[in-house]
Amino acid sequence: MNWHSTSEFFAMGGYGLYVWGSYAAAAGLMVLEPWLAQRRHRHALHDAASAHTPGSKA
Amino acid sequence: MNSPTATAAPLRLFTFAAPPRFYALVGALVPWCWVATVLLAAAGLYIGFFVAPTDATQGDAYRIIFIHVPAAWMSMLLYVVMAAWAGIGWAFNARLASMLARAIAPTGAMFTFLALWTGSFWGKPTWGTWWVWDARLTTELLLLFLYFGYIALVSAIDDVRRADQAGALLALVGSVNVPVIYFSVKWWNTLHQGATISMTAAPKMATTMLTAMLLLTLAFWAYAFAVIFTRTRAIVIERETHTAWVVELTQGKSRS
Repeated sequence: MNWHSTSEFFAMGGYGLYVWGSYAAAAGLMVLEPWLAQRRHRHALHDAASAHTPGSKA
Repeated sequence: MNSPTATAAPLRLFTFAAPPRFYALVGALVPWCWVATVLLAAAGLYIGFFVAPTDATQGDAYRIIFIHVPAAWMSMLLYVVMAAWAGIGWAFNARLASMLARAIAPTGAMFTFLALWTGSFWGKPTWGTWWVWDARLTTELLLLFLYFGYIALVSAIDDVRRADQAGALLALVGSVNVPVIYFSVKWWNTLHQGATISMTAAPKMATTMLTAMLLLTLAFWAYAFAVIFTRTRAIVIERETHTAWVVELTQGKSRS
């Protein structure tokens, strides 16, 4: 085990800013991108459904 | 002659090149890709932070490698795959291949940005600078602009198939940059270190460090499949809105 306490873990031997700055960007982007892709899929299905509904303005 | 059932279910090479079949197949695969992503990432992060020891020269700053190298690998790999599908879509007039190429571009750009970002956060404590116009960094930045250029070009042309063709040309010409990125640390005297892993020599790192990095590489692969398949499904529906199978799909949904 590398760390003796939680604060030591977050400090990353004095490199906390760099290590967590990297991992936070990775985590943020890798949550945002799938969310955007799923939203695009949902919207595509919604648009297709309204285009096929008779009487709709789409 | 050992195939008595050869006449049943003609599952050929191009079976899944039909958009409806592809749409259904990848729809079933996406959840499993997410399961693989989460499990592989959890295992890789656990080994990377709790098993792999602190580096003797770089301290804990080196732990950025576990995402930096996989992101950089993905940025180059996805570009090659994108250019290949774009080229196939152009050469064989294969619609689905062009849709795949378009679906790959944002994910490739995301990994390229991530490679640059994490590299910057690693360069500051180890080199003393966030950025330097070094051959490796500059060619990786060019890769990001190639992704942006591809995305901008295909969305700027209204005729979908013409846009696919123009995009394929850009993607294929730009693919010259990928080997340049890869070999830049050999060809030029750069600040960026040489390859840690190569096909021809034993890895220059501890086994636990290597394990963490490879697990996160696999996690990034699974992630890329999941998000690219999801985006491809969206593109398929957008382009095939008025085909019979999409009408059936959406009306089947609204009835229930």
